[in-house]
Amino acid sequence: MSTAIAEVPVESRMHYLNASYGIKSWLFTTDHKRIALLYLGSITLMFFIGGAAAVMMRLHLIEPAGALVQPETYNKLFTMHGVIMVFFFLVPSIPATLGNFLVPMMIGARDLAFPRLNLLSWYVYITGGAITLYALISGGVDTGWTFYAPLSTHYVTTHVIATSLGVFINGFSSILTGLNFIVTIHKMRAPGMTWKRMPLFLWSMYATSVIFVLATPVIAIAMVLIGAERLLHVGIFDPAIGGDPVLFQHLFWFYSHPVVYIMILPGMGVVSELVTCFAKKKPFGYIFIAYSSLAIAMISFFVWGHHMFVSSQSVYAGFIFSALSFAVAIPSAIKVFNWTATLYKGSISYQAPMLYALGFIGLFTMGGLTGLFLASLATDVHLHDTYFVIAHFHYIMVGGAVMAYLGGIHFWWPKITGRLYHDGWARLAALVIFVGFNLTFFPQYMLGYLGMPRRYAVYPAEFQVLNVLSSAGASILGMGYLIPFVYLLWSIRYGPVAGSNPWGAKGLEWETPSPPPTDNFEETPRITEEPYGYAEPEHAHV
Amino acid sequence: MDHLYFFLTGLTLFFTFLIFATIFYFMIKYRRRSEQERPPATQQSLPLEISWIAIPSLICVFLFLWGASLFFAAARPPQGAMEIFVVGKQWMWHLQHPEGQREINQLHIPVDVPVRLTMTSEDVIHDFFVPAFRMKMDVLPGRYTSEWFQATKPGSYHLFCAQYCGTLHSGMTGTIEVMTPTDYAQWLRDNASTRSMAESGQELFTRLGCDTCHLADGSGAGPVLQGRFGKQVTLRDGQNLAMDEAYTRQAILDPASLPLPNYRPVMPTFRGQVSEEQIAYIKSLGSGERTRVP
Repeated sequence: MSTAIAEVPVESRMHYLNASYGIKSWLFTTDHKRIALLYLGSITLMFFIGGAAAVMMRLHLIEPAGALVQPETYNKLFTMHGVIMVFFFLVPSIPATLGNFLVPMMIGARDLAFPRLNLLSWYVYITGGAITLYALISGGVDTGWTFYAPLSTHYVTTHVIATSLGVFINGFSSILTGLNFIVTIHKMRAPGMTWKRMPLFLWSMYATSVIFVLATPVIAIAMVLIGAERLLHVGIFDPAIGGDPVLFQHLFWFYSHPVVYIMILPGMGVVSELVTCFAKKKPFGYIFIAYSSLAIAMISFFVWGHHMFVSSQSVYAGFIFSALSFAVAIPSAIKVFNWTATLYKGSISYQAPMLYALGFIGLFTMGGLTGLFLASLATDVHLHDTYFVIAHFHYIMVGGAVMAYLGGIHFWWPKITGRLYHDGWARLAALVIFVGFNLTFFPQYMLGYLGMPRRYAVYPAEFQVLNVLSSAGASILGMGYLIPFVYLLWSIRYGPVAGSNPWGAKGLEWETPSPPPTDNFEETPRITEEPYGYAEPEHAHV
Repeated sequence: MDHLYFFLTGLTLFFTFLIFATIFYFMIKYRRRSEQERPPATQQSLPLEISWIAIPSLICVFLFLWGASLFFAAARPPQGAMEIFVVGKQWMWHLQHPEGQREINQLHIPVDVPVRLTMTSEDVIHDFFVPAFRMKMDVLPGRYTSEWFQATKPGSYHLFCAQYCGTLHSGMTGTIEVMTPTDYAQWLRDNASTRSMAESGQELFTRLGCDTCHLADGSGAGPVLQGRFGKQVTLRDGQNLAMDEAYTRQAILDPASLPLPNYRPVMPTFRGQVSEEQIAYIKSLGSGERTRVP
């Protein structure tokens, strides 16, 4: 079927990219694939802005007394880095781009359940993003991305209200996306697409969507309360006017711990797809990988107190949160073991997406295991708020989520654009990113163990060697991120035509031509077999 | 604590090595040799799944118990620890010894003596962090927190504020000077304060007229304070509270919030007029120590 289509020159066939032209056809589109590209463009911009802030921070920290900026500016830089990377890049990264593109295609639907709501969610994101960028550029904000009260409600004089308004608005875009995915996955699966025939990516998107819908309102509440106290002097957090300073941390982390899983669960879904495709194997323990996503989503709501072991929270609350934090390690470990076992007796090839996926497994393993140091009460008292924590969550967020995001972009790029990028450059970039990443963040584990606190614009001289190492790594990492940007853009115009299924992958999305037509499928597919049928004999259409 | 670190590090290395080695082994052994090859169907194995759920679970239970028991032991200061008052404010540390010596961003303590810090903040949340002692605790406005440590080696150690507190957060640092007992005694003499904290508090107690109601014989309009600190207090609604630093502070700053049976709520607030010294004085009444007269 698709072999015949692939031989037709791309330009002569109608697909979602050439179905209509002009700026309006993009700004008013309700096609989930076009909206995915709108998101891809916006979050890439955000990624480079947040990355620029990180580059300046790492340059500044080359010298103990600070090489570049005043402490006040440094504080604004790490706030900017955190706010942009967390709320405007990592949270929407995989769900809003790959999720938007793939959720309908993977279940055999023509679009999401609510296409216009989907477009609205992008506009909401852009509005929140624009307000936040305005605040950050017109003077900045220096509360940290955590907005701890009463610092944020009374003591700083920067643009707290505008930034928290941006974060507040942006939250609704997450909620809309989550709602859309939940309804779509429940109601729009093609005939025969039972829950247990769904690709693992969909299980992880489903689990992510549940967190979107249930956790995001709480950060919205926290932001509103910050505004209420700052503008109207309602005593909520500041004890000077009758508030409780620890309350904010409870509200904040009730969202912001689950949000960590919003960032990593989609990455786990992507890696499940990549490992199976490039090992030509059905996943080992499909049902365990699927249910562990749901388990992670559920437990993630009950571990927020592990950010607060030294906040004056009761010792006994510490016990509960510590135990539950250890519990969340189990489903993550299950996934790592199952991915590894999937490789067993496979036929493994090492194209670029697979290198990212293997990089993910390694870095996520290290990030996850160092998380045990922080879940354990006694060691957390020492390591809390030091560079150890920074290193730990960057191993998960950057080593994990960003690696998986890039792996996913590389894997589905031929489907999205219809073109192939240069595999040699892509492998080189994956390697550069892996090396640069470890060089940047591994020294930070040591810095944290030695006691260097986070968010320090100046630091004692004995920490300099490790800081310089970390900054050197960051320059390699930065280069690593620029390379894909260049060759991916290049491929859109000059890359060879991809064909419908360049990787020999299974899954409904690969049965459509690349790029897919606006309606995805000419007729609704019927699913008669289990997913990941790599072991079965060749079908005619591969 | 060191053992827990060794164990965790060993565990991390073990599993990292296990996963990396297995992946590398599979990567080489099962690399794709031809595009046509068809790998065998994946075998599922329930025993394998169960074992890699059960073993990490058991390790986690063990780690939790270990970490929690160390934490629990460290949460309770030993009896008779030396008391230091700490006030954090943007961006400095005020420290005060029971003998009255005040220090800024520097704390002198004797070696091998448990030291308990009673801490509060004047503005935002800070955190008193001494990496060498592996302890930290948030310092909050409007309430007291405490932590304790016992230095084992004389020397000079970093003190950091670990909770981001605004512009000069990274300048809110200091040193803990751990001294031998003789050096410490010498230091105390050289920096002798004319009055201890409790004595300053006593003066304030008289100047603000507290003693006109809080009479020692119980005939005043306010309750007797002598011998009360650390004991239980029953409020009008039957609630039982311990009279600790936080209670005392609240009772002085916002007495109407703690109505007592048998007393009319006539006491005004003393917000802005009292300091930690007042509390040190009331504490000294309670613990039975008589104030030292120089």
